Amino acid sequence: MIDERRSLWERIRGHVLVFDGPLMFSLALLVALSLVTMYSAALDYDGRLQDHVRNLLIAFAIMWIAANLPLQWVQRTAVPVYLLGIALLVGVALFGDISKGARRWLDLGVTRIQPSELMKIAMPLMIAWYFQRREGARTWADFAIAAALLALPVWLIARQPDLGTALLVTAAGLYAIFLAGLSWKLIAGGLVAGIAALPVLWSVLHDYQRHRVLMMIDPSSDPLGKGFHVIQSTIAVGSGGIWGKGWTEGTQAHLEFIPERTTDFVFAVFSEEFGLIGNSVLLLVYLLLIGRGLVIAANGANIFARLLAGSITLIFFTYAFVNIGMVSGILPVVGVPLPLMSYGGTAMVTLGLGAGLLMAISRQRKLMQT
Amino acid sequence: MVEVRDTERDLYQLRLRLVIAMTLVLVCFGVLVARFVYLQVYRYDDFHAQAEDNRIALVPAPPGRGLIFDRNGVLLAENVSAYTLEIAPKRAARLEETIAALSGIVEITARDRQRFRRLLEDSRSTDSVPLKVRLTDEEVARLAVQRFRFPGVEIRARLFRNYPLGETAAHVIGHIGRISQEDKRRLEEQERLSAYAGSTHIGKVGVELSYESLLHGQVGAEEVEVSAGGRIVRTLSRQPPVPGANLVLSIDVRLQKLAEELYGDRRGALVAIEPTTGDVLAHVSRPSFDPNLFVDGIDSQTWQSLNEDPDKPLLNRPLRGAYPPGSTYKPFMALAALTTGARTPQDTISDPGYFQLGNHRFRDSKPSGHGTVDLRKSIVVSSDTYYYKVAYDMGVDRIHDFMKPWGFGQLTGIDLEHESAGILPSTQWKLKRFKQKWYPGETPSIGIGQGYNAFTMLQLAHATATLANDGIVMKPHVVQSIEDPVTHARKRTVPKESYRIPLRREYLDLVRGAMADVNRFGTGRIAFANTEYVAAGKTGTAQVIGIKQGERYDARRIAERHRDHSLFMAFAPLENPKIAIALVVENGGFGAQAAAPIARKLFDYHLLGKLPKDVSEDLLPRLLDEAELRDVPESVEPEQVGEPEAPR
Repeated sequence: MIDERRSLWERIRGHVLVFDGPLMFSLALLVALSLVTMYSAALDYDGRLQDHVRNLLIAFAIMWIAANLPLQWVQRTAVPVYLLGIALLVGVALFGDISKGARRWLDLGVTRIQPSELMKIAMPLMIAWYFQRREGARTWADFAIAAALLALPVWLIARQPDLGTALLVTAAGLYAIFLAGLSWKLIAGGLVAGIAALPVLWSVLHDYQRHRVLMMIDPSSDPLGKGFHVIQSTIAVGSGGIWGKGWTEGTQAHLEFIPERTTDFVFAVFSEEFGLIGNSVLLLVYLLLIGRGLVIAANGANIFARLLAGSITLIFFTYAFVNIGMVSGILPVVGVPLPLMSYGGTAMVTLGLGAGLLMAISRQRKLMQT
Repeated sequence: MVEVRDTERDLYQLRLRLVIAMTLVLVCFGVLVARFVYLQVYRYDDFHAQAEDNRIALVPAPPGRGLIFDRNGVLLAENVSAYTLEIAPKRAARLEETIAALSGIVEITARDRQRFRRLLEDSRSTDSVPLKVRLTDEEVARLAVQRFRFPGVEIRARLFRNYPLGETAAHVIGHIGRISQEDKRRLEEQERLSAYAGSTHIGKVGVELSYESLLHGQVGAEEVEVSAGGRIVRTLSRQPPVPGANLVLSIDVRLQKLAEELYGDRRGALVAIEPTTGDVLAHVSRPSFDPNLFVDGIDSQTWQSLNEDPDKPLLNRPLRGAYPPGSTYKPFMALAALTTGARTPQDTISDPGYFQLGNHRFRDSKPSGHGTVDLRKSIVVSSDTYYYKVAYDMGVDRIHDFMKPWGFGQLTGIDLEHESAGILPSTQWKLKRFKQKWYPGETPSIGIGQGYNAFTMLQLAHATATLANDGIVMKPHVVQSIEDPVTHARKRTVPKESYRIPLRREYLDLVRGAMADVNRFGTGRIAFANTEYVAAGKTGTAQVIGIKQGERYDARRIAERHRDHSLFMAFAPLENPKIAIALVVENGGFGAQAAAPIARKLFDYHLLGKLPKDVSEDLLPRLLDEAELRDVPESVEPEQVGEPEAPR
């Protein structure tokens, strides 16, 4: 009896203890901050806090499942997932729902999904897979092919139009390519070409996108229109001061001066109520998370694992940086949520999947060492 | 081996790149921290202030306007609560469609629309503009049910200024009106604009204008917390408004009303003054108008008809209408002649019916002349020849210098705006006005109150009051006292005497006695037959058009508007005078015919309480009894229906 019970534990413990300790610790801190902030931000939204908790639980479940996946299996799914993503993006282009002037959603009858979100994971997965295949025999042509693999979905997303996601997917692919060892000459060349392409990019931007960029440079040019978001969130952050106004005491947040205060602008609520001290704590937690992710990447079992872990971690960083930069008025307003803090189901699923894959990579390494 | 080394090199390169990436992360987070320090420490005060500014709005609480009473406590201007239908043009979707739809619910007349358009042009863009005022209860009910269909349309309970006596004393009381762009500019110049936050109306004419700052009161403020959408979350602090002061006029509105009745349809001006105080007892301008029309914006048709009426009902005649005084000037000329030594009481002339100057003949109104005339007789029979000569002997400048202290051709300084000065001619005046020297031939007419002389009835009444008051000049005023709206403590506005004109008692008695004889034996004897008191007076007739040399004035042959003005000045009783009057009946003919009887009836009422037979007691405003006097309505704060909206 005792033996059987032990053997049952022996059998499941491999699946239960899949979590990376330091990663789990920083995630738990983030979830705690998230719940405290959402409680305040969602005071006037019935049921939003419950929904947020539900999303967190779903993300946790996804993370747990992803953490249990064998890495070889993940590696094998890279190509099919990528192709599925491309197919869905083409589907969106042909049959997608239009919302707020952009074609981003695909109605599957059961639920509506945003395929561009999937590409944030599928993209580094595909590039990591490709460089794993070309291990030891990499030439400059491989980087060209990787760039082509990246360009196709980015183009499909950019024409939805969804500039924010297109940039994030680009970033995800570029991180993988950068970590794979893209020569510095090409990086320098790419930067120069990128800067040179800015006027071209400007000419293809939609009016509302140009508006947002201009707004960031001078929000006061349209204080009641588009600039209102940034002006009011900057006031919220600034008026928080060093110690903050106190939990649920944010006037900007609770008098409806911050639009989207549970989603993209949740950081304004956090910052107003907890001040510079709170901001520093939040950045430290993010830093812990990112640092641990990069350590996992450095110790990855193979090229695929290392590139995937590095890219996922850096996407995570990009989310946090772009969102906080946007809310505090140093980056343009693009629809990027703050990881784990913002309300929103799709992003939460992506984040859970990313964190799960990081843990799978971490576990693989441990398995190899034992 | 090569492959292993490659793998190791790859791993090393990757780790190097991860370190570079971590460095990038640290740099980026460093930028964020720098931004936080900038926003939350360096510019904290600025953003804190902005957040407070967002949060807190000041909602002005307009004060209740002071009430106006006559000297006996009769209410002349009050605030009545009534509902209005208002549109905030900024928030209303399509103005024309909204109005069209609203007219399906309540009747909106063409005049309402015209007035609305006028007000719209003249109002601040954020104001809500009344479309229909003083709604009935039934209309309010119907509108309230449908209101949700019309964004920007509001039903508000507002306080309306109401002038219960309508036309009576309209030129004294004046009226308020909606604050125009021009008013706003003026307030801005006076740095009083902030006192009008939340106020919609301002005094436009009359006492409502001249005592505006007292009547208006002080604006209060409510500090409220508002949401971004302008919803008021809670009140943080409240400073109540201070209601405006009540005014008690020196006007006896019953006397005023009686005078207006006595005028009937005739045009003219009348001022009655209490000589010892300068209290203006009546200030009549005929025809008059209903000030209630102006309170919430007048429609253009009514405005046009009032403005273009040849009878000029909007003109404040006693204040701004300058008339030649005619023979009513003679008592003052007599005093001038005596005081300057140009004549003694005993000096006589032989009046042949004209005064010859060179080859020009100045005719007397009595062609055959008055025979031997001394100073007393010159007033009683109204000898023109006597005064042609006096004037000619004195010269225009000596007359001017004597008359100036009496207030002729000068602003009396009454507490009403836009007073006219009239004309008291002198050589200097003529030089300035016409760039011409004074011709001696122009002087004789001055002596009989013609020529360039042009005075307001206020000036003539004021001078008459000064004559009655032994030359002690009291500044005329229409507001007697100012009442604190809370404590009801009254403060009299009546000033001390302005100055004294040095006059010899015997000359004063002589002239005033002659004026009493005018009403006993002279031109006023019919009007003043059988008085129970002694009234001193002087009739006057002022030419409207010149009559050619050798031609005779014939009232029947002349168009009504070219007939002479009928004037009268008087005071009573002779000893200790209580009332001094000057009046003109435009185109009324001889002073004795039209003007004098009005003065007689007013004296009878004021001194004896006697009403003329054809005027019933019901016609006059009712005096309040003691109980009612204590129960006068107080200034109240305006209330609003529904949730007030904070300014963003």
